[in-house]
Amino acid sequence: MGIRDSIVPAPLRKPGKPGANGKGNGAAPADLRDPDVERRPAGEPLHEAAGKDLVGWVDQRTGATGFLTGMLFRKVPKGTNWFYTLGSATLFAFIIQAITGVFLAMFYTPSTTQAYGSVTHLTNDVFLGEFVRGMHKWGASVMMILIFVHMARTYFFGAYKYPREINWVIGVVLLILTMVMGLTGYLLPFDQRSFWATIVANNITGTGPVVGPYLADFLRAGPEIGATTLSRFYALHMLAIPGLIIGLIGAHLYLVVKLGTTAPPWVRAEKPKPATPVVQLAAGSNGSGNGAAPRR
Amino acid sequence: MAEPLEQKNEAEAQGAPAELPEAPPPGYFEGESMTRRKVFTIASQGIGGLAGLAVVLPAVGFAVAPLFHRGKERWESVGSTGDFNSQTYRQVVFTIVPGIGDTGKTTAYVRRGSKDLGEKADEFVAISTRCAHLGCPVRFVQAAGNFICPCHGGVYDFQGKRIGGPPVRPLDHFQTRVRGGQVELGPRYSVTNQLQPVQARDPGEFTGGIWNYLYPPRPSTFPAP
Repeated sequence: MGIRDSIVPAPLRKPGKPGANGKGNGAAPADLRDPDVERRPAGEPLHEAAGKDLVGWVDQRTGATGFLTGMLFRKVPKGTNWFYTLGSATLFAFIIQAITGVFLAMFYTPSTTQAYGSVTHLTNDVFLGEFVRGMHKWGASVMMILIFVHMARTYFFGAYKYPREINWVIGVVLLILTMVMGLTGYLLPFDQRSFWATIVANNITGTGPVVGPYLADFLRAGPEIGATTLSRFYALHMLAIPGLIIGLIGAHLYLVVKLGTTAPPWVRAEKPKPATPVVQLAAGSNGSGNGAAPRR
Repeated sequence: MAEPLEQKNEAEAQGAPAELPEAPPPGYFEGESMTRRKVFTIASQGIGGLAGLAVVLPAVGFAVAPLFHRGKERWESVGSTGDFNSQTYRQVVFTIVPGIGDTGKTTAYVRRGSKDLGEKADEFVAISTRCAHLGCPVRFVQAAGNFICPCHGGVYDFQGKRIGGPPVRPLDHFQTRVRGGQVELGPRYSVTNQLQPVQARDPGEFTGGIWNYLYPPRPSTFPAP
């Protein structure tokens, strides 16, 4: 047992490489396939053994490590490179926005008379407030940039093609929701720039024929910017849209793990091994001649 | 092509037992039109759907209600009749949304009606500073006699008619009246290119003709005078 084996609990350990341990199929090590073998000596009751290995205890009840090892040690194609980290980078940017947003919300007051004051107080008086607000403000731009680079990578590598079309659509919806986050968050500092930018954005919404005027009224909660416009934007910005984004990120990641990633376009597919001769298929051992594969 | 079919027939001929009639599900009784399982499936989905609607509908109504709410009509005095003449505008600030401080205030340019422009001399004209393009605040430039928008270069003449830039219609007006020697401003209304009053539209929305239907008036605004 190496040092790594003593630190990483068996259920979370990486499966062996294909061909390792004299096995050709990359099967998991024995202690992974059957955790009880290593962990519980014969005769020791389960509830006593479980206390010694917290991960094993949880795993026996949830099966979580199977999911985790499957996700963390999934196979990736040859040629996978740094461009493939852009999605994770975007996710990281979103997590930063979520965390800093929670702390900003602790000091923010979504009221037309107090919003600006609470933001200046947060920026100038609160310990590290300027830093946290700066992370949220600049992180928003970073997230937008990362999304577009991630999208460009997907496009130029052809990773949007079958069978990943749904993941592309989910990604586009996530991009739009992120833009809605930008729009709703822009009003919150409630200075002159936020105010007039929101008025312009709102009136652009209103220029849509037939439904536009009602959409603008819906966003504004009335015919003019009023008492509830700010709280409406705040609720959308910190509750509704993030909830949707988190749900869709879950679906996005699920499909990434389920479908796997594509190789870069410059990596050629390996030639398939010679298939079983067709003749053998045609002349089945049962002599029926109906094309059934022979049983071995 | 015929071969597989033949084989199937052979298999049947070899004495595979004909399928027995399907046994009725537990709880079956003579003349039942729907299985117990199906009744419970439909009932639980129906009741669950009703419960979901009971939660969702009030929430949606809550979010949409402001579209159908028209606030109380407000009139605010902005100065005595003697403060205004028909040659130039005077800038006034008044409240259109009460209770939210400076955010609820807006600016209007007010003058007395001019006979040269075909208006009554005892009436007052109040022009909104809200640009008809996208809602930036315009200012009246005395030297040019025009309203100019700082955002995208919209220009309006002395009466608020568009003479340049991207705006789609003339500047909005506010209703005016005189009470006890004081000029009072009331609800906003929009105008067509011929200065015909129509119910207030948001900036960027055309007025007049078919546009009045493509950009329908909203229930949250007051009827035109």
